[in-house]
Amino acid sequence: MIRFEDVSVTYDGAVAPVLCHVDLHVPEGELVLVVGRTGTGKSTLLRCVNGLVPHFTGGTLSGRVTVAGRDTRLHPPRELADVVGIVPQDPLSGFVTDVVEDELAYGMESIGLAPDVMRRRVEETLDLLGLADLRHRALRTLSGGQRQRVAIGAVLTTHPRVLVLDEPTSALDPGAAEEVLAALQRLVHDLGVTVLLAEHRLERVVQYADRVVLVPGGGLPLVVGTPTEVMETAPVAPPVVELGRLAGWSPLPLTVRDARRAAGPLSERLAPYAHLALHPARTSPHVVAGDIALSTRDVVVRHGQVPALRGVTLTAERGEIVAVMGRNGAGKSTLLSTLVGLHVPSAGAAFVGGMTPSSLRGRDLVSRVGLVPQEPTDLLVADRVGDECAAADRDARAAGGTTRAVLDRLAPGIDDDTHPRDLSEGQRLALALSVVLAGEPPVLLLDEPTRGLDYAAKQRLVSTLRTLADAGHCVVLATHDVELAAEVATRVVVLADGEIVADGPATDVVVGSPMFAPQVSKVLSPQPWLTVSDVAAALVVAS
Amino acid sequence: MSRTVNALGERALPRWTHPAAWWAWALGLATAASRTTNPLLLLLVVAVAGWVVARRHPDAPWSRSYAVFLKLGLVVVALRVAFAVVLGSGVGEHVIVTLPEIPLPSWFAGVSLGGPVTLEEVLLATYQGLVLATMLACIGAANSLANPSRLLASVPAALYEVGVAVVVAMTFAPQLVDDVMRVRTARRLRGRSERGVRAFAGSVMPVLEGALERAVDLAAAMDSRGYGRTGSVSTAMRRTSAGLLLGGLLGIAVGVYALLDDGTPGTLALPLLVIGAIAGAVGLVLSGRRSIRTRYRPDPWALPEWLVTLSGVVPAVVLVVVAIHDPVSLVGPVAPPAWPTLPLLPAAAILVAGVAGFVAPPPPGSVAVRPLPEPARAETEVAA
Repeated sequence: MIRFEDVSVTYDGAVAPVLCHVDLHVPEGELVLVVGRTGTGKSTLLRCVNGLVPHFTGGTLSGRVTVAGRDTRLHPPRELADVVGIVPQDPLSGFVTDVVEDELAYGMESIGLAPDVMRRRVEETLDLLGLADLRHRALRTLSGGQRQRVAIGAVLTTHPRVLVLDEPTSALDPGAAEEVLAALQRLVHDLGVTVLLAEHRLERVVQYADRVVLVPGGGLPLVVGTPTEVMETAPVAPPVVELGRLAGWSPLPLTVRDARRAAGPLSERLAPYAHLALHPARTSPHVVAGDIALSTRDVVVRHGQVPALRGVTLTAERGEIVAVMGRNGAGKSTLLSTLVGLHVPSAGAAFVGGMTPSSLRGRDLVSRVGLVPQEPTDLLVADRVGDECAAADRDARAAGGTTRAVLDRLAPGIDDDTHPRDLSEGQRLALALSVVLAGEPPVLLLDEPTRGLDYAAKQRLVSTLRTLADAGHCVVLATHDVELAAEVATRVVVLADGEIVADGPATDVVVGSPMFAPQVSKVLSPQPWLTVSDVAAALVVAS
Repeated sequence: MSRTVNALGERALPRWTHPAAWWAWALGLATAASRTTNPLLLLLVVAVAGWVVARRHPDAPWSRSYAVFLKLGLVVVALRVAFAVVLGSGVGEHVIVTLPEIPLPSWFAGVSLGGPVTLEEVLLATYQGLVLATMLACIGAANSLANPSRLLASVPAALYEVGVAVVVAMTFAPQLVDDVMRVRTARRLRGRSERGVRAFAGSVMPVLEGALERAVDLAAAMDSRGYGRTGSVSTAMRRTSAGLLLGGLLGIAVGVYALLDDGTPGTLALPLLVIGAIAGAVGLVLSGRRSIRTRYRPDPWALPEWLVTLSGVVPAVVLVVVAIHDPVSLVGPVAPPAWPTLPLLPAAAILVAGVAGFVAPPPPGSVAVRPLPEPARAETEVAA
């Protein structure tokens, strides 16, 4: 169905090719998962399929890409619209119309289908993706999961034989991700659509894949194989695979269920050491006792008529790492915004370092609390990393070079002349974090920090956050990423509909929840293990 | 859909009324308003338009423009009166107040600053301002009632690209507002001032960058979804349609010139204009054939649309005719000042426009099918 023959892609002005002599064949009806570290060319590979590379992006493509027998050199993306449907990373950026129903029809209008066919397909697609209740809704008012499903539906209506998705679940909470993946499963099984999918959160998707394509980057050839084969050696792997590698299980489990069936002997070995699972850093963090960093009392925040927070009371001390979890729209971001004074509570009060954040301005604010927003680039203003650091020093009235020093600690080796937009996701996050840390705020808030990060970058973030907490910062992060929360949080707060429904040590809150439990915990329950590194440490003690 | 014919709108199935019908209706009302300075008639127009908007406006952001246009109208009236008070020449007998006069140089003849303010002048200014305000209210009503994207969707196929450009521009405006908010948030987070000239200068570039990035994303998405696919059309056909379009435009231009210029014989003007218009129209249709696009659920033009249009045309025709035969009845009494009276025939004609509130089908989403509220809004707003 899709065939890459000796394809190399070099963007204009780039020194090295992004893809180098790629050969790949995807047969009809397969679900193929594309994995790899950030910046290895996954998106480029996906965008080659419908000719966006190089027709739209520029650059040079050598070799040949054919889709359903059509050569992308001869067919620009619009001529392939009836064969390939491509769902961009941020669905909102690809919407042309403003209402769900019109958006579904847009592609069909473009290729000139008859009105009665369009009518029928829109209804079918609404049902297939469970969008029927949303048909008249404005696209901007939809939640993340709904948007993603509309974006998939919008390309499905033209009945493409190939569906290409770039990180469809990375912005979604676990529930919404399940929703989207279930819809994809249905397409593959019932309609025989060929799906090519890139994703960082392997724990969510790897079990659905028929084959996995590993893009190693750096000009190395692709590794293609069944998920088990590729996962044996892949530099990126979900926790359940890591656990399998650690325990030496063969065949390597890809799902929690497979792992549980193999985990009997491991559980027995670990049982005497279960107390080690209650990691000291997690159960008794290095809390500066009685030093309350932030507190809220019955905070109510409304967005127009809609209450986003309904009476949230929360206290956090220095040295704690608090993970705020909950589904999309539960009020996580609102809570963080309120703590930096972007929202003024309509009832109750919020305090950061003993002050009301909404009354603080300028240096008074940045020296008390810092927020890294969901999109770290929002925080960056300069064209060069060097200028950015200097500007941050000035904003925080810190000594020259402070920010740069922080950045070198978090992500060494970034050149001063680089444009922030050219950095990898992880480096950009590190830069934004350094900018915020220039003011040395005791309270550090991060909104969805792992979006777009690969496992290695995530690991670096984890150690950074631990170091900050040890240095006496109070870290609060809003996240969908259960693995991150399990790894780093000393305490988990679960929000639902603007109220706190659970608040306690990570081990207590996360282990019991089917939605928020990390994979390792699901595999080894009822023992309270959360991460592969905990298990590894215990095994060292055991032997 | 044909059930909409039922006399009372409540029984009709919800659907979009053709946006062109709403515009015809509103322009009819505006024409009627332009024929009269009688404040009672004008207020009646505003009231009727408002009533129809209240009954048939859909639940969308753009449907709040009636109130915005009303406020704009009030500003117009206030400005007009303020000018009359300050710059008035004191014509009339009923002096309300005498402002201190500021002497102006002699070459400013005919203009005076301050001086006596007469009731006649104030009344005249109010009535004239009211005419403008009423016409604005009619435009606002059309904006509230007619779905702008559906209006653009019904342009001829040859102009489709232009329509898309406008639709994209319209969806960009709210996103630009989001961008501005996001940049302001970021400035606050970095401890910079959020207001003032420097803050503004500092946020222009990030906002523009964001808009540009989105434009590129959108262009890629549109291209991958088949935007700009064209059918195969023979070269001869393409040349014919281009020739017709150009010739038509030329004909219209020359015709209009001939019509307005006294020197040219008038007998030439009208035929040229007509031929030009026809050639242009044929050219549009022919070049539209190149586009292979189809329309999903086009708004039908059925009986409700005819009735809506008609209910707007009736007041226009009646007031134009009355203005010719009995102009006095439409003028608000200024000199001597008196209470205006309500002439029955024009008032009845204006009330006819209210029929649109019954005959137009209710817009979708306004009746039982209202979707459940989603908790997601909060998150997106914060993200913005």
